[in-house]
Amino acid sequence: MASEGDRRADPEVAERRSRLLSGLRLEGEGAKGVAIALLSTAVFLTVVIVAVTQSAGWPEVRRAFFDWGDISGSFPDIARAFVLNVKIFLVCEVFILVLALVIAVLRSLPGPVFFPLRALAVVYSDLARGIPTILVIALLGFGAPALQLTGVPRSRVFWAGVGLILVYSGYVAEVYRAGIESVHPSQEAAARSLGLSRFQALRRVILPQAIRRVIPPLLNDFIGLQKDTALVGTLGVIEAFNQSQIDTNATFTYGAYLAAAVLFVAITIPLARLTDWLVARDRRRRQATGRLA
Amino acid sequence: MSAVRLQNVHKSFGENEVLRGIDLEVAEHEVVCLIGASGSGKSTLLRCVNLLERLDRGRVFLGGEEITARGVDVNAVRRRIGIVFQAFNLFPHMTVLRNVTLAPRDVLGLSREEAEGRALELLGRFGLADRRDDYPDRLSGGQQQRVAIVRALAMRPELMLLDEVTSALDPELVAEVLNVIRELAQGGMTMLIATHEMGFARDIASRVCFLDGGLILEEGAPEEIFARPRQERTQRFLERIIEAGRL
Repeated sequence: MASEGDRRADPEVAERRSRLLSGLRLEGEGAKGVAIALLSTAVFLTVVIVAVTQSAGWPEVRRAFFDWGDISGSFPDIARAFVLNVKIFLVCEVFILVLALVIAVLRSLPGPVFFPLRALAVVYSDLARGIPTILVIALLGFGAPALQLTGVPRSRVFWAGVGLILVYSGYVAEVYRAGIESVHPSQEAAARSLGLSRFQALRRVILPQAIRRVIPPLLNDFIGLQKDTALVGTLGVIEAFNQSQIDTNATFTYGAYLAAAVLFVAITIPLARLTDWLVARDRRRRQATGRLA
Repeated sequence: MSAVRLQNVHKSFGENEVLRGIDLEVAEHEVVCLIGASGSGKSTLLRCVNLLERLDRGRVFLGGEEITARGVDVNAVRRRIGIVFQAFNLFPHMTVLRNVTLAPRDVLGLSREEAEGRALELLGRFGLADRRDDYPDRLSGGQQQRVAIVRALAMRPELMLLDEVTSALDPELVAEVLNVIRELAQGGMTMLIATHEMGFARDIASRVCFLDGGLILEEGAPEEIFARPRQERTQRFLERIIEAGRL
């Protein structure tokens, strides 16, 4: 116990030393590296641009896709329609997170008693991932309202949302399951030996660690979901993709597609950066001493 | 009255019969050390006591009441028994303080203030008060193991099981953990300890049991077992320990 102070000081010294060394490396090789990267990027882009603009079809493609008037003209309409994509995304995401977690937990229940529940979870996740998303949306979106059941919503958007939730829950459940299985069994043993019930151990010890580990793949699936909200357009609902199709039909140019693409990217890229930030923050927090933080 | 009593305990993993009829009784305030080669069943025996492993045959009594009977609430049993593992098994996503207060709050239903008061008192007693807000990754092995002991103590268990708690530690960190256990023994804690630290066992144990092939081959006061082992296998085991410079 007497050496506690020394031990605490050691990593700090090592850290300072490595920071110093890596700083030197950046200034030496780093500057040269940046120059090389810039140069090779410039050469690469020049080659691509020259090749594309010299191609036989370029004047026609430029007229059809890159007419600034088309792009900016269709942008407000598409942006308004895109609000529906974002709404579908946000609402579905919540349900997917919950439903997938339930499925993953059912699938990880041990013992023969829970065999039926495990089997059900496996069948569900196989089916959800096996059928093309566009088919699920078409089946539910056209089929469910046609049943004319009382008390069941007739809205196509509603049923398309249900379709997305069912499909994506299959994928997200697998992600959760990978996370749950990555937590060492000794963690559960420690929790249960303190008297925590199976459910308490899951909630307090297993899932928090499992979910932290799968945040990047989870967000990956959400980027996919955000993009797949465009499939709702196949039911005739006016969302960003459908609106851009309407615009392209009116102008006979494709600038509207570019406008829609920009909107999707504007959501998905920040999502990707958020993931990186969350992961980095979690790592920092676990490695920092409480005293310094 | 006995704190814990094992009666003809059998346990197999597949074909491998790890415990082949263990009879053992630990009286209140007694410290019993289990020694024996790796694979002799020490860890499995401890895990059977707090029902982390299901027995194939035999019975376990805690404070006179059978805990291996049908319909016994295992969670209620486990909260009366503290166990500390070789690999610490702290919860890496929680601070030291949260590690220690989790079970008292969720299992015993203590308020946050009560649980933290209890935790801080224990952390202070074992020289860990300034580590309360650290995450386990930032602690030395010895500190982590002391936190694991405190985590178990915070439930105010009537029995502590220690499963080779110093085996994963660098040699210079062993003493700080052994000192904590010594202090617990002096405080009258009933303990069942699986250990490779023979010198420590000799100092601290009221009784030493030598496990071999899933049976308690020999047991007695430490001075008897270490100075005059009767069984040939015990003698050979201790000779190997002495050769390795561990006694």
